[in-house]
Amino acid sequence: MKRFAIAAAALVLLVSGCNATKVSDLQSRGELKPGSKPCGTFNMAINSWVGYEANAAVITYLAENVLGCFVKQRHIAEQVSWQGMSTGQVDAILENWGHDDLRQQYIDNMGVAQSAGSTGIKGQIGWYVPPWMAEQYPDIVDWQNLNKYAHLFKTSESGDKGQLLDGDPAYVTNDDALVSNLKLDYKVVQGGSETALISSIRQAQQQRKPLLAYFYSPQWLLSEVPMVKINLPPYTDGCDADPAKIACDYPDYDLDKIVSTKFAESGSPAYTLVKNFQWTAEDQNSVARSIAVDGMSDDEAAKKFIDAHPQLVAKWLAGTGAENAA
Amino acid sequence: MASVAVGAPPAPAAPEERRTLATWFAERGPAQFIAAIGAVLGVWLIGFFFLHGRNTLSLAPADTKPLHVWLSDLQTRVGEGRNTNPLFTYFFNPIRSVIDAFGTAIADLIAHPVDGRPVPYIGWLGVVVLFTFLAWVLGNWKVALLTLCGLLFMGLQGLWQDSMETLALTIAAVAISLLIGIPLGIWAGISDRFNRLITPVLDFMQILPSFVYLAPLTLAFLIGPAAAIIATVIYAAPPVIRLTAHGIRSVPSESREAVESLGATRSQELFGALLPMAKRTIVLGINQTIMAALAMVTIAALIAAPGLGQVVVQALSTQDVGTAFNAGLAIVIMAIILDRTTTAASERVETERRKSAEPNKYRRPGIVIGAVVTAIAIWLSYTYQLVAIFPSSLQLGPVHISLDVGTPIINAANAVTNWAQTSFSGVTNGIKDVVTAVALDPLQALLDQSPWWLTFIAITAIAAIVGGRIAALISAVCLVVILWPLQLWQDTMDTLAAVLVATVIVVVLGVVVGVWMGRSQTADKVVRPFLDAAQTMPSFVYLVPFLALFSASRFTGIVAAIVYAAPVSIKIMADGIRGVSVETVEAARSVGSNTWQVISKVQLPMAVRSLTLATNQGLIYVLSMVVVAGLVGGGALGYLVVAGFAQTSLFGKGLAAGLAIVLLGTILDRTTAAASKRIGRTQE
Repeated sequence: MKRFAIAAAALVLLVSGCNATKVSDLQSRGELKPGSKPCGTFNMAINSWVGYEANAAVITYLAENVLGCFVKQRHIAEQVSWQGMSTGQVDAILENWGHDDLRQQYIDNMGVAQSAGSTGIKGQIGWYVPPWMAEQYPDIVDWQNLNKYAHLFKTSESGDKGQLLDGDPAYVTNDDALVSNLKLDYKVVQGGSETALISSIRQAQQQRKPLLAYFYSPQWLLSEVPMVKINLPPYTDGCDADPAKIACDYPDYDLDKIVSTKFAESGSPAYTLVKNFQWTAEDQNSVARSIAVDGMSDDEAAKKFIDAHPQLVAKWLAGTGAENAA
Repeated sequence: MASVAVGAPPAPAAPEERRTLATWFAERGPAQFIAAIGAVLGVWLIGFFFLHGRNTLSLAPADTKPLHVWLSDLQTRVGEGRNTNPLFTYFFNPIRSVIDAFGTAIADLIAHPVDGRPVPYIGWLGVVVLFTFLAWVLGNWKVALLTLCGLLFMGLQGLWQDSMETLALTIAAVAISLLIGIPLGIWAGISDRFNRLITPVLDFMQILPSFVYLAPLTLAFLIGPAAAIIATVIYAAPPVIRLTAHGIRSVPSESREAVESLGATRSQELFGALLPMAKRTIVLGINQTIMAALAMVTIAALIAAPGLGQVVVQALSTQDVGTAFNAGLAIVIMAIILDRTTTAASERVETERRKSAEPNKYRRPGIVIGAVVTAIAIWLSYTYQLVAIFPSSLQLGPVHISLDVGTPIINAANAVTNWAQTSFSGVTNGIKDVVTAVALDPLQALLDQSPWWLTFIAITAIAAIVGGRIAALISAVCLVVILWPLQLWQDTMDTLAAVLVATVIVVVLGVVVGVWMGRSQTADKVVRPFLDAAQTMPSFVYLVPFLALFSASRFTGIVAAIVYAAPVSIKIMADGIRGVSVETVEAARSVGSNTWQVISKVQLPMAVRSLTLATNQGLIYVLSMVVVAGLVGGGALGYLVVAGFAQTSLFGKGLAAGLAIVLLGTILDRTTAAASKRIGRTQE
């Protein structure tokens, strides 16, 4: 027991003796820059895909380091993010894919949320094949030829039909209806998660395995494996009115930002930043790639982008009172 | 679902002379048993041959039935009226405030930056010394050493703050579980009626997939510590309730009567006799509750709970297996520390009860010195940066020491995964194709392509043969509810097929590895840590490599279930084999039996009760992986639950699917539990 006491005493000396930094000397983040309006806490929903993370990284970096906000990131699923709008726990969703049912509930019926405009990016949903297949079978990209190649896509899950791998349960898909209405000799197999889709796609390209999968852009994986989209009968207004009779491609989604009404009316510079925020798919991909492929932290990736695009950033900061601080 | 695991006290059995179907078969032995099952299967197959594809009640994943729509609408309506609904203002909100405050206080102490400080009140040194000291006081010096090394290792992994967030959440959830669970358990231990009432509720809490109640929980308790803690409590409280009740019920009736005859009041009887005698079982219940709480770490991350689960989930979105593994490893270490410490604590309780006198004379001064050292360490870690924030490197004079083991672990895990994926995926996909074609597809076709009424009759008949009349009745009722109002017949049958295939493999593994471990101490020592790791490593960590090895398929879900469920079966079998008395084995040897004969003629038959228990628990554990299977291509009920969490319009269908999983679990559990009990009776 004596040894214990000696060890403890030694530790006290060691730590306090040799020029140890005290905790009270350290600063915490969230300081106000001169000229900017007071920001306070900014509650941001973080949905789990990398494109979203790229939007969030850039906005968080600016809100914290330029506007002096205290950014509280909440990692939650989409449905829960919208829920947070009504309880005041989420101020902003930074990349929203459609979700008409949630729009109706929270924007139209309850009035607790509103759109803060487009992110500048178009979301596209569709069926994709790996690049090696598009090279080897050039006519496969036309849906009318899909039946000709159905035998290539047979798996243990699809029996004697070709497999169409669906994935992320977060999106409404019409694939069952599409397959039957276009009379395709395929069976829809539920991959069940984005992870399942990405793993399958990577392997399909690496090992030259046939794969027909439901996927979407922008998505960071497409810069690693440039999947080729199948041309389904083009989307026309109203062709998806009756879900059971759908025989056309998915519409383009305008990916927008959703903010809570309270946040929009608060006069916070963070709201102005979110509202101004707009960029291109290439911009987002470059940040997403830094995070997902190069393994940078969100902050590093954001800083790299911001340093390289001062004019764009100045546009985003217009009206926050901190235009020249960046 | 421990009606059997806990070895529930012998239920008031049906009067012996009544000739149930069960006793009829029990009297006639295994040959008739197999013949009866064979007859049912034969009739079923003939029916399938002529009628397959008719009345299958199939329902496409995006299609819904009235009940599903009604449930989704209900959730929407409740959400819209949330801010004016008195239920929320006067009931949920106060509960939330209290639990939020409690959870935040613990996190402030060890995890969050607080009070304008960039660090919590107690830094890493304080936490390490405090927990090491506690482990020594509650357990022994071995577990104290384990705690010390384990906690330091988490720091070296670069995961100090995340680990502490997880630890804080676990402590809060376990504390609340005990606060509610122990009184309820005592009540269930004393009152038969309450026990009967609460058992199905506990089953429900443990089998209902947590994905189903995450969204309603955040609606009721908002996004934050309260919702995460309550989600954890729902899953983690049942074990301590069951084991407290079981502990009190197992106190010999002679002891109770003796106390009563001395004229003790009820509370004297409870606190003077029942609780002290049940203490060891209650501590075991606390242990199980802690393990269950840790199993919820990654799930809670889906509703913004900070910590290691968050690291795993985020790493998954970029397919970064190494980072996910690193965090998963920290969870495994935390589980092992907490498991070994509580086990040591329960042993200490037991030995102290046996020889109440002469404690170690160094113990008391040791505790005093330890407390002083802990206080000093806490003060230091409150004040100085070096012992508050875990350093990533040390500068000792000219020598620079890197304190980062996280990066090498991440790189190694990534390298191993890549190597395994590229070298084995051909073979593993081959295995998948064979198992799917030979076992899964035929079984699934029989279950889901037969007309529903034929499958209904066949399952009920098999439940009657295996489990007896009551099991058959329970099965029939559950199947009726699945038919209507849930209306998820075909998906339930698909899930049942996958669950059965997985369970067969789990039981085979349980027998083979369990016999090996039961017969050899060395094997046991080597294998057991791997079993612990397989049980506590979050399944999200290995989903990516499994997807690469087996593609997105039903079989991938089966493999994930096997990894999680096989350890339980193996441990139970090993226990059972070791329980066969040494004399019996020696006797068999002395008459010239070889090893194979000893195993097959003596050890296995005598451990048959363990075999049924291993089957029962294997089934239940496999069932708890149905949702995870849905994430990797398992489809059916698991996928519906996941989709219900992701899409508001499918919420109701997801909830119905969750309920169907509970009903399926009830059928399988009651049937195998009844079989286990019957075999136990025949052996006696």
